[in-house]
Amino acid sequence: MRKIAVSRIQELFAAIAAGQTLYLPVDTKAGAKFEQWESGKQLSSALNTVRSAKDFFFPQTENLMDFRVEGKKIEIIDTRRESEDFVLFGVRACDVRSFTVLDRVFLAEPVDTYYKNRREHGLIMSMSCTRPAETCFCGTFGIDAAEPEGDVVCHMTADTLYLDAKTEKGSALLEGLSALTEDCAAEDEAAVERHRELSHERLSKLPLASLSADRFGADKTDEFFNDPAWKSLSEACLGCGTCTFVCPTCQCYDIQDFDTGHGVKRFRCWDSCMYSDFTKMSAGQPRLTQLERFRQRFMHKLVYYPTNNDGLFSCVGCGRCLSKCPIQMNIVKVMKQLGGKQND
Amino acid sequence: MQEITREAILARAAELFRDGTVDRALGWRAGEFDYDVTPGVFTSAEELENGFVWNDFCGANFSKYLIRETGLTEKKVLVFLKPCDTYSFNQLLTEHRFAREKVYAVGVPCAGMADPRLLRERFDGVTAAESAEGGVLVHTLYDGDVTLPQEELLADRCRNCKSRKHVAYDELLGSDGEVLDSHRFDEVERLERMTPDERFAFWQNELSRCIRCNACRDVCPACTCEKCVFDNPASGAANKAPSSSFEEQMFHIIRAFHVAGRCTDCGECSRVCPQHIPLHLLNRKFIRDIDRFYGEYQAGAEVGSRAPIVDYTEGDIEPGQAVEGGARHA
Ligand code: SF4
Ligand code: SF4
Ligand code: SF4
Ligand code: SF4
Repeated sequence: MRKIAVSRIQELFAAIAAGQTLYLPVDTKAGAKFEQWESGKQLSSALNTVRSAKDFFFPQTENLMDFRVEGKKIEIIDTRRESEDFVLFGVRACDVRSFTVLDRVFLAEPVDTYYKNRREHGLIMSMSCTRPAETCFCGTFGIDAAEPEGDVVCHMTADTLYLDAKTEKGSALLEGLSALTEDCAAEDEAAVERHRELSHERLSKLPLASLSADRFGADKTDEFFNDPAWKSLSEACLGCGTCTFVCPTCQCYDIQDFDTGHGVKRFRCWDSCMYSDFTKMSAGQPRLTQLERFRQRFMHKLVYYPTNNDGLFSCVGCGRCLSKCPIQMNIVKVMKQLGGKQND
Repeated sequence: MQEITREAILARAAELFRDGTVDRALGWRAGEFDYDVTPGVFTSAEELENGFVWNDFCGANFSKYLIRETGLTEKKVLVFLKPCDTYSFNQLLTEHRFAREKVYAVGVPCAGMADPRLLRERFDGVTAAESAEGGVLVHTLYDGDVTLPQEELLADRCRNCKSRKHVAYDELLGSDGEVLDSHRFDEVERLERMTPDERFAFWQNELSRCIRCNACRDVCPACTCEKCVFDNPASGAANKAPSSSFEEQMFHIIRAFHVAGRCTDCGECSRVCPQHIPLHLLNRKFIRDIDRFYGEYQAGAEVGSRAPIVDYTEGDIEPGQAVEGGARHA
């Protein structure tokens, strides 16, 4: 483990940014947001960003390819660019886990090469949490906010930033920064341990700390599919899809062609199971009412995804859908209603 | 603190269920933390007793839900309306979106609603927020219990409330208020005083955050088309993605035109926007211009009124004048 004084954090950012693009959470009028670091940009003190870090690997829109049409001739243009190396600094434990969830979708055969390209060029510097919000429930899914996953795990106390490399990529990065950072002694290990304890103590006092996902998981489709609670849960849903857009693990997309007049731009954009034209086929949309679309989102997180992925849930408890839904409906309310008394 | 208590509302609702007037009620459903209130449909007095909440966070306007709910029952739907909601209610009736006789509307006085975002901006972990003597008592994870004056938590639209008077109801619980001399156009005037470049930069900055979730449209009581053109893949105008900042502006400006003369300024669009975009300012600008060019008009003030822009008269201003902006005519 290495360390650097928090007062010198701008030097650290400058050193990282000298080798690759650095993105970190900064404060904006509309909350914290990942932005490219440039000299003087301050790290946000907010717990987490409004939009998740998935945007870096799975952007809201991307141009997949172009077609140029001349008479009867169609030329296919590959618009892919090799990504440049980049570092994401300050990613929270919940969002780091979301990359695992996305990997299982996009890196499974057939591999999504657009995603893979970005994933290979990105390096994650995660940050442990000491001021979790009332909407946080990462612990429900076995995520430890005091010890996130990532290439380099960071812990920030009042005066010191500790940097712990967990992968080869991470070690190589820290290697390059060794002139700026110092090696850690036993007392530093103890300081990090105290930091973790503080984090655990606070996590254990969160209002959602006892929320359990045990009732859900692989092969539970029949148990929950026809639950009468879906009706009241979904009745006020606007079908806006905000929950799917802010969610770090929502992964559905649509591919559409944009007619440029002399060709076609084929682009991919996020889709949402909450939308009336989601998975629309020639015979129509299979989920006719908002109840069915709403059910899809939560069943996918709690049952379908685990069924296809060795029991791994595809909610990471980040709480974004709790704070962003215009009608304040969210996965916690769903889990409590469907989970019956045990989750009250 | 609201004038009417939850108990008073529940007592009246129980009577209406018992005497068979209504078989469902639209009401605010309690959440995890007091401030995460969800609109809900209750089908019995017992259900209301268990899940209904009435506190300083009951911002949601139920008027639009009446379109669906009135179609699902032979009886009446019970709805609780705050003063601003009654304007949407009337406007929907004007547009024949539901049958008046299928609704039992109970007006509830409103002391202004709090914006949960303001709470979150102030504190890192808010576990509860109750009405108390002197304002709102907030329980937090890291700053203990704090009492804030209600004004500090008031939603923007409530700070600029246009009316505390109910313009529609079958019965009113508590007292009625007055149409207010609000300052709701101050911000519009500030925008009008900008140069076109400044104003363009202002909107570009705001709208560049739009994620095209369409929540503003979905919640809007004036947006009740069964299939929005922007959702219809066959329309050629559907766009799921904000493919350029220009399109976002087009969407919002087209929508603002579409609701011009019908928007009651209920403020739901800005309330729900996950990206904090002050959409109401676009609509308010249109309301301001209609007032200036055609005489004062408040959509939803009464049922059956015609927005001035619906009729052609020889005295209408030329499009060119409107394009130049209302500011110089002020
Ligand atoms: S954010 Fe809320 S209202 Fe919008 S689609 Fe999701 S659950 Fe429905
Ligand atoms: S479902 Fe909600 S809490 Fe879970 S990962 Fe998605 S946004 Fe976060
Ligand atoms: S959900 Fe957990 S990891 Fe994510 S921000 Fe909250 S405490 Fe940190
Ligand atoms: S609610 Fe906000 S983010 Fe969503 S479409 Fe409307 S302006 Fe854009």
